[in-house]
Amino acid sequence: MLITINGKARSFDFQQCNVTDLVTHLALVGKRLAIERNGEIIPRSQFSETFIHDGDKLEIVGAVGGG
Amino acid sequence: MSDFLKIADKTYHSRLLVGTGKYQDFAQTRAAIDASGAQIITVAIRRTNIGQTAGEPSLLDYLPPEEFTYLPNTAGCYSADDAVRTLRLARELLDGHKLVKLEVLGDPNTLYPNMIETIAAAKTLVKDGFDVMVYCSDDPIIAKQLEEIGCVAVMPLASLIGSGMGILNPWNLQIIIENAKIPVLVDAGVGTASDAAIAMELGCQGVLMNTAIAAARDPVLMASAMKKAVESGREAYLAGRMPKKLYSASPSSPTTGLIA
Repeated sequence: MLITINGKARSFDFQQCNVTDLVTHLALVGKRLAIERNGEIIPRSQFSETFIHDGDKLEIVGAVGGG
Repeated sequence: MSDFLKIADKTYHSRLLVGTGKYQDFAQTRAAIDASGAQIITVAIRRTNIGQTAGEPSLLDYLPPEEFTYLPNTAGCYSADDAVRTLRLARELLDGHKLVKLEVLGDPNTLYPNMIETIAAAKTLVKDGFDVMVYCSDDPIIAKQLEEIGCVAVMPLASLIGSGMGILNPWNLQIIIENAKIPVLVDAGVGTASDAAIAMELGCQGVLMNTAIAAARDPVLMASAMKKAVESGREAYLAGRMPKKLYSASPSSPTTGLIA
Protein backbone atom coordinates (compact mmCIF):
# COMPACT_ATOMS: atom_id res chain seq x y z
CA MET A 1 0.00 0.00 0.00
CA LEU A 2 1.41 3.36 -1.02
CA ILE A 3 0.27 6.40 0.90
CA THR A 4 1.53 9.95 1.11
CA ILE A 5 2.11 11.27 4.61
CA ASN A 6 3.01 14.91 5.09
CA GLY A 7 4.03 15.20 1.47
CA LYS A 8 6.26 12.12 1.45
CA ALA A 9 5.28 8.84 -0.27
CA ARG A 10 5.61 5.79 1.98
CA SER A 11 4.92 2.15 1.26
CA PHE A 12 3.49 -0.18 3.86
CA ASP A 13 3.24 -3.96 3.98
CA PHE A 14 -0.22 -4.22 5.45
CA GLN A 15 -3.26 -4.99 3.30
CA GLN A 16 -5.77 -3.35 5.59
CA CYS A 17 -5.13 -0.62 8.12
CA ASN A 18 -7.23 1.78 10.12
CA VAL A 19 -5.99 5.12 11.41
CA THR A 20 -5.34 3.79 14.91
CA ASP A 21 -3.07 1.09 13.41
CA LEU A 22 -1.25 3.67 11.35
CA VAL A 23 -0.69 5.98 14.33
CA THR A 24 0.74 3.02 16.25
CA HIS A 25 2.91 2.00 13.31
CA LEU A 26 4.33 5.52 13.05
CA ALA A 27 5.13 5.56 16.79
CA LEU A 28 2.81 8.51 17.35
CA VAL A 29 0.68 6.98 20.09
CA GLY A 30 -0.02 9.43 22.91
CA LYS A 31 0.91 12.47 20.85
CA ARG A 32 -1.67 15.18 20.36
CA LEU A 33 -2.40 15.14 16.63
CA ALA A 34 -4.92 16.06 14.04
CA ILE A 35 -5.17 14.06 10.85
CA GLU A 36 -6.55 15.05 7.48
CA ARG A 37 -7.13 12.50 4.73
CA ASN A 38 -7.50 13.73 1.17
CA GLY A 39 -8.44 17.14 2.49
CA GLU A 40 -11.00 15.90 5.04
CA ILE A 41 -10.36 15.91 8.78
CA ILE A 42 -10.74 12.53 10.48
CA PRO A 43 -12.13 13.11 13.99
CA ARG A 44 -10.10 11.33 16.66
CA SER A 45 -13.20 9.44 17.74
CA GLN A 46 -13.33 7.80 14.29
CA PHE A 47 -9.70 6.67 14.02
CA SER A 48 -10.44 2.99 14.57
CA GLU A 49 -13.33 2.81 12.12
CA THR A 50 -11.58 4.80 9.38
CA PHE A 51 -9.58 2.66 6.97
CA ILE A 52 -6.64 3.88 4.94
CA HIS A 53 -6.65 3.13 1.22
CA ASP A 54 -3.89 2.85 -1.32
CA GLY A 55 -3.10 6.30 -2.73
CA ASP A 56 -4.48 8.25 0.22
CA LYS A 57 -2.87 11.55 1.05
CA LEU A 58 -2.57 12.20 4.78
CA GLU A 59 -1.57 15.28 6.71
CA ILE A 60 -0.62 14.67 10.33
CA VAL A 61 -0.15 17.87 12.31
CA GLY A 62 0.60 19.01 15.82
CA ALA A 63 1.09 22.24 17.75
CA VAL A 64 4.57 23.82 17.74
CA GLY A 65 6.04 27.05 19.00
CA GLY A 66 4.99 30.06 17.00
CA GLY A 67 3.84 33.67 17.12
CA MET B 1 -8.90 46.85 40.54
CA SER B 2 -11.39 44.83 38.56
CA ASP B 3 -10.11 45.54 35.09
CA PHE B 4 -10.24 42.51 32.87
CA LEU B 5 -9.64 41.79 29.24
CA LYS B 6 -12.78 40.23 27.81
CA ILE B 7 -12.60 38.24 24.60
CA ALA B 8 -15.50 36.17 23.33
CA ASP B 9 -17.21 36.15 26.75
CA LYS B 10 -14.14 34.94 28.60
CA THR B 11 -12.19 37.23 30.92
CA TYR B 12 -8.44 37.39 31.44
CA HIS B 13 -6.47 39.37 34.02
CA SER B 14 -3.41 39.55 31.78
CA ARG B 15 -3.51 41.85 28.77
CA LEU B 16 -0.23 40.54 27.43
CA LEU B 17 -0.54 37.72 24.89
CA VAL B 18 2.65 35.98 23.89
CA GLY B 19 3.93 33.71 21.17
CA THR B 20 5.85 30.52 21.80
CA GLY B 21 8.30 30.61 18.89
CA LYS B 22 12.01 31.41 18.51
CA TYR B 23 13.08 30.40 22.03
CA GLN B 24 16.26 28.44 22.74
CA ASP B 25 14.35 25.48 24.13
CA PHE B 26 11.06 24.58 25.80
CA ALA B 27 12.39 25.32 29.29
CA GLN B 28 13.21 28.88 28.28
CA THR B 29 9.84 29.21 26.56
CA ARG B 30 8.12 28.19 29.77
CA ALA B 31 10.24 30.46 31.97
CA ALA B 32 9.61 33.48 29.74
CA ILE B 33 5.88 32.84 29.58
CA ASP B 34 5.70 32.49 33.34
CA ALA B 35 7.57 35.80 33.73
CA SER B 36 5.20 37.48 31.26
CA GLY B 37 2.15 36.42 33.24
CA ALA B 38 0.39 35.73 29.93
CA GLN B 39 -2.71 33.57 29.96
CA ILE B 40 -3.22 33.41 26.22
CA ILE B 41 -0.38 31.92 24.18
CA THR B 42 -0.15 31.48 20.44
CA VAL B 43 0.95 28.24 18.82
CA ALA B 44 1.55 27.26 15.22
CA ILE B 45 0.18 24.17 13.51
CA ARG B 46 2.76 22.18 11.59
CA ARG B 47 3.32 18.74 10.12
CA THR B 48 4.34 16.25 12.78
CA ASN B 49 7.84 14.92 12.44
CA ILE B 50 7.32 11.29 11.48
CA GLY B 51 9.95 8.93 12.79
CA GLN B 52 11.08 11.21 15.61
CA THR B 53 12.14 9.49 18.78
CA ALA B 54 9.18 8.41 20.81
CA GLY B 55 8.91 10.27 24.08
CA GLU B 56 10.66 13.35 22.72
CA PRO B 57 9.18 16.32 24.62
CA SER B 58 6.70 18.55 22.89
CA LEU B 59 5.59 22.11 23.46
CA LEU B 60 2.40 20.82 25.05
CA ASP B 61 4.37 19.01 27.76
CA TYR B 62 5.86 22.33 28.88
CA LEU B 63 2.75 24.42 28.36
CA PRO B 64 -0.24 22.19 29.16
CA PRO B 65 -3.42 23.34 27.39
CA GLU B 66 -5.21 23.04 30.74
CA GLU B 67 -3.03 25.84 32.17
CA PHE B 68 -3.20 28.31 29.30
CA THR B 69 -5.65 29.46 26.69
CA TYR B 70 -4.15 28.30 23.44
CA LEU B 71 -4.44 30.59 20.48
CA PRO B 72 -3.62 28.51 17.40
CA ASN B 73 -2.49 30.76 14.57
CA THR B 74 -2.23 30.52 10.81
CA ALA B 75 1.27 31.95 10.55
CA GLY B 76 2.81 31.02 7.24
CA CYS B 77 -0.50 30.84 5.37
CA TYR B 78 -0.75 32.87 2.19
CA SER B 79 -4.32 32.07 1.17
CA ALA B 80 -7.73 32.05 2.81
CA ASP B 81 -8.14 28.35 2.01
CA ASP B 82 -4.88 27.37 3.73
CA ALA B 83 -5.74 29.45 6.78
CA VAL B 84 -9.21 27.94 7.13
CA ARG B 85 -7.84 24.43 6.65
CA THR B 86 -5.13 25.03 9.26
CA LEU B 87 -7.60 26.27 11.87
CA ARG B 88 -10.00 23.41 11.29
CA LEU B 89 -7.09 21.06 12.00
CA ALA B 90 -6.26 23.13 15.09
CA ARG B 91 -9.83 22.79 16.32
CA GLU B 92 -9.62 19.02 15.98
CA LEU B 93 -6.18 19.00 17.60
CA LEU B 94 -7.38 21.01 20.59
CA ASP B 95 -10.66 19.19 21.17
CA GLY B 96 -13.09 21.65 19.62
CA HIS B 97 -11.27 24.79 20.77
CA LYS B 98 -12.86 27.85 19.07
CA LEU B 99 -10.59 30.81 19.84
CA VAL B 100 -8.08 31.30 17.01
CA LYS B 101 -5.71 33.84 15.55
CA LEU B 102 -6.19 34.41 11.86
CA GLU B 103 -3.34 35.81 9.84
CA VAL B 104 -2.95 35.56 6.09
CA LEU B 105 0.32 36.89 4.80
CA GLY B 106 0.83 38.66 1.52
CA ASP B 107 4.56 38.73 1.05
CA PRO B 108 7.43 36.65 2.47
CA ASN B 109 9.80 39.61 2.78
CA THR B 110 7.62 41.95 4.78
CA LEU B 111 5.10 39.42 6.15
CA TYR B 112 2.56 42.16 5.55
CA PRO B 113 -1.01 40.80 5.78
CA ASN B 114 -3.08 40.16 2.67
CA MET B 115 -6.34 41.72 3.79
CA ILE B 116 -8.44 40.48 0.85
CA GLU B 117 -7.60 36.86 1.70
CA THR B 118 -7.87 37.62 5.44
CA ILE B 119 -11.41 38.96 5.03
CA ALA B 120 -12.44 35.93 2.96
CA ALA B 121 -11.05 33.56 5.60
CA ALA B 122 -12.65 35.53 8.44
CA LYS B 123 -16.09 35.21 6.85
CA THR B 124 -15.74 31.45 6.46
CA LEU B 125 -14.38 30.94 9.97
CA VAL B 126 -17.03 33.06 11.68
CA LYS B 127 -19.75 31.12 9.81
CA ASP B 128 -18.05 27.92 10.90
CA GLY B 129 -18.35 28.91 14.58
CA PHE B 130 -14.81 30.07 15.32
CA ASP B 131 -14.01 33.00 17.62
CA VAL B 132 -11.60 34.87 15.37
CA MET B 133 -8.92 37.25 16.60
CA VAL B 134 -7.59 38.72 13.42
CA TYR B 135 -4.17 40.10 12.57
CA CYS B 136 -4.63 43.02 10.19
CA SER B 137 -3.19 46.14 8.65
CA ASP B 138 -3.77 49.37 10.57
CA ASP B 139 -6.46 50.54 8.14
CA PRO B 140 -9.48 51.77 10.14
CA ILE B 141 -11.96 50.80 7.40
CA ILE B 142 -10.66 47.24 7.17
CA ALA B 143 -10.68 46.95 10.97
CA LYS B 144 -14.34 48.01 11.04
CA GLN B 145 -15.22 45.53 8.30
CA LEU B 146 -13.58 42.71 10.27
CA GLU B 147 -15.69 43.69 13.27
CA GLU B 148 -18.83 43.67 11.14
CA ILE B 149 -17.99 40.21 9.83
CA GLY B 150 -18.09 39.00 13.43
CA CYS B 151 -14.45 38.75 14.52
CA VAL B 152 -14.04 38.86 18.32
CA ALA B 153 -10.92 41.07 18.27
CA VAL B 154 -8.95 43.04 15.71
CA MET B 155 -5.18 43.02 15.98
CA PRO B 156 -3.54 45.66 13.81
CA LEU B 157 0.22 45.62 13.41
CA ALA B 158 2.32 48.27 15.14
CA SER B 159 5.02 47.63 12.54
CA LEU B 160 6.12 44.60 10.53
CA ILE B 161 6.23 41.17 12.18
CA GLY B 162 9.55 40.57 13.90
CA SER B 163 10.86 44.04 13.05
CA GLY B 164 10.87 45.49 16.57
CA MET B 165 10.27 48.91 15.01
CA GLY B 166 7.62 49.87 17.56
CA ILE B 167 4.43 51.81 16.97
CA LEU B 168 4.82 53.56 13.65
CA ASN B 169 1.32 54.95 13.24
CA PRO B 170 -0.30 55.74 16.57
CA TRP B 171 -2.85 57.94 14.80
CA ASN B 172 -4.35 55.10 12.81
CA LEU B 173 -4.38 52.89 15.90
CA GLN B 174 -6.24 55.62 17.74
CA ILE B 175 -8.89 55.85 15.01
CA ILE B 176 -9.30 52.05 15.03
CA ILE B 177 -9.65 52.04 18.83
CA GLU B 178 -12.16 54.90 18.84
CA ASN B 179 -14.36 53.21 16.25
CA ALA B 180 -14.19 49.65 17.58
CA LYS B 181 -16.82 47.93 19.70
CA ILE B 182 -14.61 44.82 20.02
CA PRO B 183 -11.17 44.67 21.66
CA VAL B 184 -8.26 46.10 19.68
CA LEU B 185 -4.90 44.53 20.40
CA VAL B 186 -1.59 45.49 18.88
CA ASP B 187 -0.01 42.46 17.27
CA ALA B 188 3.48 42.57 15.80
CA GLY B 189 6.21 45.16 15.75
CA VAL B 190 6.70 45.77 19.46
CA GLY B 191 10.44 45.95 20.18
CA THR B 192 10.78 46.93 23.81
CA ALA B 193 8.78 47.71 26.93
CA SER B 194 8.02 51.35 26.08
CA ASP B 195 6.39 50.25 22.80
CA ALA B 196 4.00 48.01 24.73
CA ALA B 197 3.26 50.82 27.20
CA ILE B 198 2.51 53.23 24.34
CA ALA B 199 0.10 50.74 22.77
CA MET B 200 -1.75 50.42 26.05
CA GLU B 201 -1.74 54.18 26.68
CA LEU B 202 -3.41 54.63 23.31
CA GLY B 203 -6.27 52.51 24.60
CA CYS B 204 -5.47 49.09 23.20
CA GLN B 205 -7.09 46.27 25.15
CA GLY B 206 -3.95 44.18 24.94
CA VAL B 207 -0.68 43.50 23.17
CA LEU B 208 0.47 40.33 21.43
CA MET B 209 4.17 39.77 20.92
CA ASN B 210 6.73 37.05 20.37
CA THR B 211 10.07 38.23 18.97
CA ALA B 212 10.41 41.21 21.33
CA ILE B 213 10.69 38.71 24.18
CA ALA B 214 12.28 35.72 22.46
CA ALA B 215 14.99 37.73 20.67
CA ALA B 216 15.96 39.82 23.71
CA ARG B 217 19.37 39.05 25.17
CA ASP B 218 17.60 37.88 28.30
CA PRO B 219 14.12 36.73 27.24
CA VAL B 220 12.89 35.97 30.76
CA LEU B 221 13.82 39.42 32.03
CA MET B 222 12.26 41.06 28.96
CA ALA B 223 9.07 39.05 29.53
CA SER B 224 8.91 40.51 33.03
CA ALA B 225 9.52 44.02 31.64
CA MET B 226 6.71 43.56 29.12
CA LYS B 227 4.32 42.44 31.83
CA LYS B 228 4.99 45.64 33.77
CA ALA B 229 4.85 47.81 30.65
CA VAL B 230 1.45 46.47 29.66
CA GLU B 231 0.15 46.92 33.20
CA SER B 232 1.53 50.44 33.61
CA GLY B 233 0.37 51.48 30.15
CA ARG B 234 -3.11 50.24 30.97
CA GLU B 235 -3.16 52.08 34.30
CA ALA B 236 -1.95 55.28 32.66
CA TYR B 237 -4.72 54.96 30.06
CA LEU B 238 -7.35 54.44 32.76
CA ALA B 239 -5.90 57.26 34.87
CA GLY B 240 -6.15 59.69 31.97
CA ARG B 241 -2.98 61.57 31.18
CA MET B 242 -2.59 65.33 31.64
CA PRO B 243 -2.90 67.39 28.49
CA LYS B 244 0.31 68.22 26.64
CA LYS B 245 1.20 71.91 26.74
CA LEU B 246 4.13 73.57 25.06
CA TYR B 247 4.52 75.95 28.05
CA SER B 248 3.34 75.38 31.56
CA ALA B 249 1.96 78.36 33.45
CA SER B 250 1.25 76.18 36.44
CA PRO B 251 4.33 75.33 38.54
CA SER B 252 4.10 72.34 40.86
CA SER B 253 5.50 74.27 43.86
CA PRO B 254 3.72 77.10 45.69
CA THR B 255 4.25 80.55 44.20
CA THR B 256 4.02 82.25 47.62
CA GLY B 257 6.30 82.13 50.67
CA LEU B 258 9.48 82.51 48.66
CA ILE B 259 12.41 83.76 50.79
CA ALA B 260 13.10 86.92 48.88
